Amino acid sequence: MNIIIDYGLGNIGSLEKAFNSLGIETKVSSNLDEIKNANSIILPGVGAFRDAINSLNDMNLIPAIKEHVDQGKYLLGICLGMQLLYEKSYENGEFEGLGLISGNVEMLDIDLKVPHMGWNNLKFAKNDEILKYIKEDDYVYFVHSYYVNSTNEELIAYTEYGKIIPSIVRKQNVYGMQFHPEKSGQVGLNLLKAYGELIK
Amino acid sequence: MLTRRIIPCLDVKNGRVVKGKKFANIVDVDSPEVLGKHYSDVGADELVFYDITASNEERKISLEFVSKVAQNINIPFCVGGGVSSIEDFTDILRRGADKVSINSSAVKNPELIREASLKFGAQCVVLSIDAKRNEQGSWSVYINGGRKKTDLDAIEWAKKGVELGAGEIVVNSIDEDGMKNGYDLELLKKITDAVNVPVIASGGAGEMSDFYNAIAYADVDGVLAASVFHFGEIKIEELKRYLASKNIEIRL
Repeated sequence: MNIIIDYGLGNIGSLEKAFNSLGIETKVSSNLDEIKNANSIILPGVGAFRDAINSLNDMNLIPAIKEHVDQGKYLLGICLGMQLLYEKSYENGEFEGLGLISGNVEMLDIDLKVPHMGWNNLKFAKNDEILKYIKEDDYVYFVHSYYVNSTNEELIAYTEYGKIIPSIVRKQNVYGMQFHPEKSGQVGLNLLKAYGELIK
Repeated sequence: MLTRRIIPCLDVKNGRVVKGKKFANIVDVDSPEVLGKHYSDVGADELVFYDITASNEERKISLEFVSKVAQNINIPFCVGGGVSSIEDFTDILRRGADKVSINSSAVKNPELIREASLKFGAQCVVLSIDAKRNEQGSWSVYINGGRKKTDLDAIEWAKKGVELGAGEIVVNSIDEDGMKNGYDLELLKKITDAVNVPVIASGGAGEMSDFYNAIAYADVDGVLAASVFHFGEIKIEELKRYLASKNIEIRL
């Protein structure tokens, strides 16, 4: 089962609906047993990094997420959920993340309007199964004020907005998407469809 | 490149769309989710729903349309109309909207902008400003659906709204609304120069060149319109191709 982790942040109904509309059986849950039995975990997130990581901590979900990844099962972090995968965030302070991928989350210190909000295009950095149903320069929907700064070893696709913004990343069985696939029209659905095939 | 956004706006009363009935080939034309899906399919980048249900009692029921829209479309959408408290924000966002727009209630209680922005993030908080040119050559803010003039200057109010935490400004020109003579470019330009958040033009679109002018001259991030889309006078696909042909960054 594909489980969207519900840790009290943001609306995740549209994400659940998007997966289910693709025939990828998905459930929203905060139940530890269900999460432990999942073959895929989706880590969503809207809001502040600190609140999110504290919430995961309070609900004792961090060891379960790490164990899931150690077992080689798939994890997809979306938006703030992708940022949580990294080592550290500097959003209003300094906070430790899950540390599943090396790199930090930093403020978008650019001359353009922040948040980076709206439709922007994807540039491909390397070939990956997740891209199989989309093409380069397809548009996806972003809303964020912080971005991931790393060596970009894990970079699959990026987006230009005053900086190179990692938009799809992958380290083995851990994926991250900085944008909202569930709000990105058909392109977003095509990405989730490709993910659904990986977790079959 | 970040694209400019094309945003159809739908008025909803008691859970049904009250403008935009003139669609061929759509069976349930009054349903917000069906029309929303239609616009999403033809390439709208975002949708705005204004709930114009008269009483608070009825609005609670009317807002059930928000959940249905969220279930049926997968592009961002904003809901406004009668929002006056944090509870209203919570209610609308929980039902799956991405943004909430506030207008009169923000003028009466500017702290609502700050509270909502702190609680939900600036990206959720859209300040909608109804502005009308005055005798001093600037623009006054109106409330209560354009019926009541305030002492606020539209440009100053936009700046203040952003300082308080608004993440986006929608500028409705009362002078141009429904005239189909184009957006109020001068007002829009002054506001895009004054604030560093996205600005959406509203009121006055009649031809495709009006959308181009708002983007090219006033540098707005999005263009909102209702009747020209609802009555099929301008097709979203055509508008997008037209703007792209004029080198405007557009999602095709």
